Amino acid sequence: MKPFDYVRPATIAEAVTAAAQPGATYLAAGTNLLDLMKGGVSRPDRLVDVTRLKGLDRIEHLADGSVRIGALVRNADLAHDMAFAKAYPAVAEALLSGASAQLRNAATVGGNLLQRTRCAYFYDPASRCNRREAGSGCDAHGGENRLHAVLGWSEGCIATHPSDFCVPLVALDAIVEIEGRSGRRELPLDELHRLPGAAPERETALEPGDLIVALRLPAVARDFAGHARYLKVRERTSYAFAVVSAAAALRIENGKISDARLALGGVAAKPWRARAAEAALKSVTPDAASFRAAAQAALADAKPSGDNAFKIELARRIVVRALTLAAAGTPARIPALPASPFASGALHA
Amino acid sequence: MPEISLTSAPAHIRHGSNIGQPLTRRDGISKVKGQAAYAADHHPSRMLFAVIAVSSIARGRVAALDVAAARSHKGVVDVMTSQHKPELAIDPDIKTNPFVFRMEVLQSDEIRYANQPIAVVIAETLEAATEGAALLAPRYEALSPRVGLDAGETFAPPVVGVGNPAQVQHGDIDAGLASAAKRIEATYETPPQYHNAMEPHAIVASWDGDTLSIDTPSQAMVMARARVAELFGLAPEKILIRSPFLGGGFGSKGFLTGPQILGVMAAKLVGRPVKLVLRREQMYGPVGHRAPTRQRLRMGVDADGRLTAIDHHAKTVSSSYDDFYEPAADASHTLYSSPAIRTTHEAARVDTGTPLFMRAPGEATGSIALESAIDEMALACGMDPLAFRLKNYAEVEPTTGKPFSSKALRACYEQGAARFGWTKRPLAPRQMRDDSGLLVGWGMGTATFPALMFQAEARAVIRRDGTGVMETGAHDMGQGAWTALAQIAADSLGLDVDRVEFRSGTSDLPDAGIAGGSAHTATAGNAIHTAGAAVIAKLADLATRDERSPLFGAGNAGVIARDGRLFRRDDESRGETYADILARADLAEIDARGTGAPNPTAQTDYAMHAHGAVFAEVKVDPELGQIRVSRMVGAFAAGRIINPHLVRSQLLGGMIWGLSFALHEEAITDRRSGRIMNANLGEYHIPVNADVPPMDVLTVEEHDPHVNALGIKGVGEIGITGSAGAVANAVWHATGVRVRRFPIRIEELLTSA
Repeated sequence: MKPFDYVRPATIAEAVTAAAQPGATYLAAGTNLLDLMKGGVSRPDRLVDVTRLKGLDRIEHLADGSVRIGALVRNADLAHDMAFAKAYPAVAEALLSGASAQLRNAATVGGNLLQRTRCAYFYDPASRCNRREAGSGCDAHGGENRLHAVLGWSEGCIATHPSDFCVPLVALDAIVEIEGRSGRRELPLDELHRLPGAAPERETALEPGDLIVALRLPAVARDFAGHARYLKVRERTSYAFAVVSAAAALRIENGKISDARLALGGVAAKPWRARAAEAALKSVTPDAASFRAAAQAALADAKPSGDNAFKIELARRIVVRALTLAAAGTPARIPALPASPFASGALHA
Repeated sequence: MPEISLTSAPAHIRHGSNIGQPLTRRDGISKVKGQAAYAADHHPSRMLFAVIAVSSIARGRVAALDVAAARSHKGVVDVMTSQHKPELAIDPDIKTNPFVFRMEVLQSDEIRYANQPIAVVIAETLEAATEGAALLAPRYEALSPRVGLDAGETFAPPVVGVGNPAQVQHGDIDAGLASAAKRIEATYETPPQYHNAMEPHAIVASWDGDTLSIDTPSQAMVMARARVAELFGLAPEKILIRSPFLGGGFGSKGFLTGPQILGVMAAKLVGRPVKLVLRREQMYGPVGHRAPTRQRLRMGVDADGRLTAIDHHAKTVSSSYDDFYEPAADASHTLYSSPAIRTTHEAARVDTGTPLFMRAPGEATGSIALESAIDEMALACGMDPLAFRLKNYAEVEPTTGKPFSSKALRACYEQGAARFGWTKRPLAPRQMRDDSGLLVGWGMGTATFPALMFQAEARAVIRRDGTGVMETGAHDMGQGAWTALAQIAADSLGLDVDRVEFRSGTSDLPDAGIAGGSAHTATAGNAIHTAGAAVIAKLADLATRDERSPLFGAGNAGVIARDGRLFRRDDESRGETYADILARADLAEIDARGTGAPNPTAQTDYAMHAHGAVFAEVKVDPELGQIRVSRMVGAFAAGRIINPHLVRSQLLGGMIWGLSFALHEEAITDRRSGRIMNANLGEYHIPVNADVPPMDVLTVEEHDPHVNALGIKGVGEIGITGSAGAVANAVWHATGVRVRRFPIRIEELLTSA
């Protein structure tokens, strides 16, 4: 491997200073970064290990009803926090449907947000990739791309964001707390990941040295707890990324949907919030017709980027199913196969 | 120097003979404790690490390597390239025998496939060697690669598989099809697949003058030794290969590969021991794979549902520089009776590593197509798939007319169907749902694999303390040779398995033959059986000719060996221990050798195959198209079962491969570059535990007096055949959609809802 410096700062301020230098990158669990380094995709000069920073491994239920999750909380620990899972069941379901048990035990919340695309051309240094090397081109176009983006892609990049966790988070208006060179700031998660546009290499809104220290879910996100699901179609039962996934959360009052949240995974370079679909669901009866209309709205702008037209129809069907499941009510227990269509109970509303 | 032997056995209860007992692995505890040393676990003094640099283009030549940059990296000792390497004694492209396959060992700057080794960096640490390889930053002169089944020029290969005729015709196909009351024609595609043994190809090579010591996984140590000998101009006895444990082989460790030879060259170049271990992604190129196929099946039946013709045509690919042709169509030779059967092959050359033997080569690819087509034909007849198979049951081998040495396939169908509950299956598709509304489908497939045998030798010893030794250089790839062969050895010596030291896994022992073709237990086992019988005969001869022995005058034929004693057959009260016989003769030990080989007369007179029937249930989400297998039952007849525990594991593993073939495995090649885009176990999908449903494995009683003295047929590969087709047929039964491209993908099923 390429030799690199390894530093282990004692404070957040030291970490930010150390990571602000060119060639530096943060290391948390390394479940993604170390693979990238071994494959020659990332060749950092300096790793800034943040795993020993104090105070970032707590789940805090705050007085205002929100929850604040430290960036170093492990995915498995968060998913198995009973109070958290009860308040945000779709998030727990998404966490448990991601990666493998071993990876979930290691991977951190902050690292999950910043994991890189799984586009095979990004991982192959011999291929052109605008995301890896600005302006080099995109070999995924015209390549093996049946799992690539159908929303928000550009000529420069058709990669997708791989996270399950981020999908319900973005639906529930999660907020990211960032410590940077000019102090602390907050950013809606929906604004953390960028669509590729003309600059695919700018994957996030983060600046050099920026460290995600926590994630917050607002109090209102709890109001969906009774009708919140995450659904993931994948080609094997575990350790596979979503072909398409969806998080659906509803508030149902007097037989009508008073508020709806919907986001899709595996379809775009960021977790895809489907606001038009949410608007279409407002004040309607939760039934098959309204769910189909929402699915149409969610995918209205979709277009294939290659051999992946099927993902558009699959996404519509997943939206309908996720909404159907959410309307039926959150189960008391997370199923043994989280987010699997095979463990989600009745197929029809 | 047989340093590797197993004398300790885990606790077990023995009833009667050793053969047939479900012993747990004798090497299991040492593996769990980490004491079983695999090749890459070795670390001789002064050892260096070698890392190969591989080509990122599939065709062309290396124009430049920044060797200076690699050499100047701290810790790098040397950089081996086509310009700087020890010379070989012969050109590795010369085929000195039919089992030599060409390899890339830096003989030129030509590039024949992506992931071909183009340099080797040797360093004090793995990290330094790895970075040195990255610093080589190769520049290429690239040519446009030929990729996929439609690239290149199509031709008829001279032979397929191992010397099988590429075309076989029995009866008149045109007449059979013309006279048919109903016909089907369908084309199926199977993808390239890679063995992906858990243990990567690894080698630790140490030269000491003109002697060479090698730790490397091998399914054929004596062949490997011969290959090293000819490449380096050594006498074979100057080379010791140790391969006591393999972390899976599946055919990819049958022949020494280029990277293994590069490890030996590197050690020679630097004059120190060298370890070279392939990274997972480097296993997608130089170590073989299963070639893709496109198979067209045409069948006809008469008004009664009897087949009138099976026409099976397979297209496949080989590399640009060597010949191996997946014998997919051969699967149609033996299973179903038809007055006309024709199998034909065609091929093209593409820019990949040479495809090679991969677990059930030809049988696996051919079976999924044949079993799918048989179901399509049954549907056209309006017949139950099992009834249709029984209607066309082959009482003799259809293409040769030979009787089967044994064939308990009917019992497999009966017992498997009964266990599965097949009679409740509705004929039409899309009729069954589970409680949650998922579509449920049931499918079946027939399994078959030839009962092969190769040549092997063994040496048996009885020692003065009454214990035994059995020596044969067998290969344990995880299938359990250390245990099953020891059981055969114990029975052959008339001893409990705990009283026999079984020495195996090194090239200086008698040649146990190759571990391939599902034939290792039969081949090595019969050598052991013969050697044991020979040493017992010698011992009996000593006793019966000695008037001081209670066995004096009994004659060889009148003596039996059991529990470390010889007895008169006609009077079991008269006998004595092995120890007593040797003590009286003042011998420390007595030994004899034996061979195992196929019986040419029986081979001529009989068709020899193992059979089975596999039943699968799948569940499919009707709108989302997600498929999961929910249960499988396999019933297999494979002659005598040496160890039911290990055999069950082999059959389970095969059935999981079949599931994987139908639903998961596919190497995805970029059509422009020829690079494999999912060369890792994250993206090259095999089933995870949660994809493997409850599986029932039944072994059906089968006595085969012809196949070999022990009646063993082999179980290593048959489990894949039948299983893949059973899953595919179950998907059709669940959905009504016949998918003919494998693995079956979600998008193929989305149109059905």
